[in-house]
Amino acid sequence: MSQFLMPSLGADMADGILVEQLIARGDPVHRGDIIAAVETQKGAIEIEVFEDGFLDDWLVPLGTKVAVGTPIANIRTSDTPDIPKPVDPPPPPRPSEAPQPTDPVVPPDLPEDPMPPPYQPPVQPEELAGQDRQRVSPAARRRAAQIGFDLSALGTDRIIALGDLPDTPAAEPMSAMRQAISAAMSRSKREIPHYYLSDSIDLTAAEDFITLHNANQPPDTRLAIGALYVRAVALAAQAFPEFNGHFENEQFAPAPAVHLGMAINLRGGGLAAPALHDASEGDLDALMARLRDLVARVKKGRFRARELADPTITLTSLGDRGVRGITGVIFPPQVAIVGIGTPSVQAAVIDDQIKPRRIADITLAADHRVSDGHRGARFLRAIIDHLQHPETL
Amino acid sequence: MTNSDIRAMITTQLGRIAPDIPIESIDPKADLRDEFDIDSMDFLTLITALGRELSLPMPEADYDQMRSFDDLLTYLQTNTN
Repeated sequence: MSQFLMPSLGADMADGILVEQLIARGDPVHRGDIIAAVETQKGAIEIEVFEDGFLDDWLVPLGTKVAVGTPIANIRTSDTPDIPKPVDPPPPPRPSEAPQPTDPVVPPDLPEDPMPPPYQPPVQPEELAGQDRQRVSPAARRRAAQIGFDLSALGTDRIIALGDLPDTPAAEPMSAMRQAISAAMSRSKREIPHYYLSDSIDLTAAEDFITLHNANQPPDTRLAIGALYVRAVALAAQAFPEFNGHFENEQFAPAPAVHLGMAINLRGGGLAAPALHDASEGDLDALMARLRDLVARVKKGRFRARELADPTITLTSLGDRGVRGITGVIFPPQVAIVGIGTPSVQAAVIDDQIKPRRIADITLAADHRVSDGHRGARFLRAIIDHLQHPETL
Repeated sequence: MTNSDIRAMITTQLGRIAPDIPIESIDPKADLRDEFDIDSMDFLTLITALGRELSLPMPEADYDQMRSFDDLLTYLQTNTN
């Protein structure tokens, strides 16, 4: 038996609200399964379990805010004796809005049947009536109220979660998002002595590579140039480890893998920079598939816990409708951010000839506590070289 | 597949990608990506969804014929009939 704890999803997180329990008591779980969602300043975060076993019991009711490190579930690992799944229906979910005491941890050896009657705070009549018809997670219920969405349109055949609602910018989560960005960026500007480097990059070869690759591909296997940016930064970061890792407790710890934070613009305001894990691994098609999956989920406001907690370096790019250059602000505790602007046609001299080429600005902001401009320039040069020879990616 | 079916299909897909932009508010002859503030990944999502629904290859070489809402509508009408 082990306890599953409220994870820390960043240095600035003190607590979180358990908003979805996605696995029922007694059901099996496997390492990597998403078993819950936690609401934080950054939005709804999906939480993965790290071992195989069975979900013995939830220790925290839905809607409860608990501190980082608080046990939220008991996981019975596969090597402990099997306990039959309880035949009783689980107690009805409790209303989320009222403050509730945290449940005491139930000793695992106690017989589960009969269940002690759980503490039930007074319930509003309309909430009770709503639970009879339809099971709705508190986060989904709150979002529905914010955007005026009629939950009855979604039926009663399953538990309604946040992801089932239409994506509509909601005022309240965005102000929390603004606060999260403000906290991280203020800390960065307060603590990190940034230095900045820039160059221009000829992306003609990279764009031609994409055009050639995509010519005979159906839409769902087409590459975007963003996948080349990701791979180029990841390969360079492997070769220059002082730009890939975390600066914490007055020292820098280089990371063994490149988990590339992708700065992704969110409709309605704000941005998120979750990690594309192991960005140097696998072929470009697989990388592109993972990039698509990540972007699609993030735009719906769904992250996985690990994606937010462990980016080792960030890439910010302006896509094809921005301006020529962007210089980023480092996300602490990372130590570098690479910025790539929007390519445009410019005159370039190649072999003594003036030619039209597709050119963008590329920048590096890095932490002077860890590296210097000389190494920074070599790192940036390595990214440029990779992108100018896309066949190496 | 009638023209209004295709129009409804495009509207539905754009509503998924850009729910904050009412379809009535856009200029159907202006650049779709500017009107809906969608990036190249969003555009790829749109093309993937429409190509799948209409069983069309939607080659990248034809993207220039899908610049505005009206262009896209005309392109899909021409290629499904």
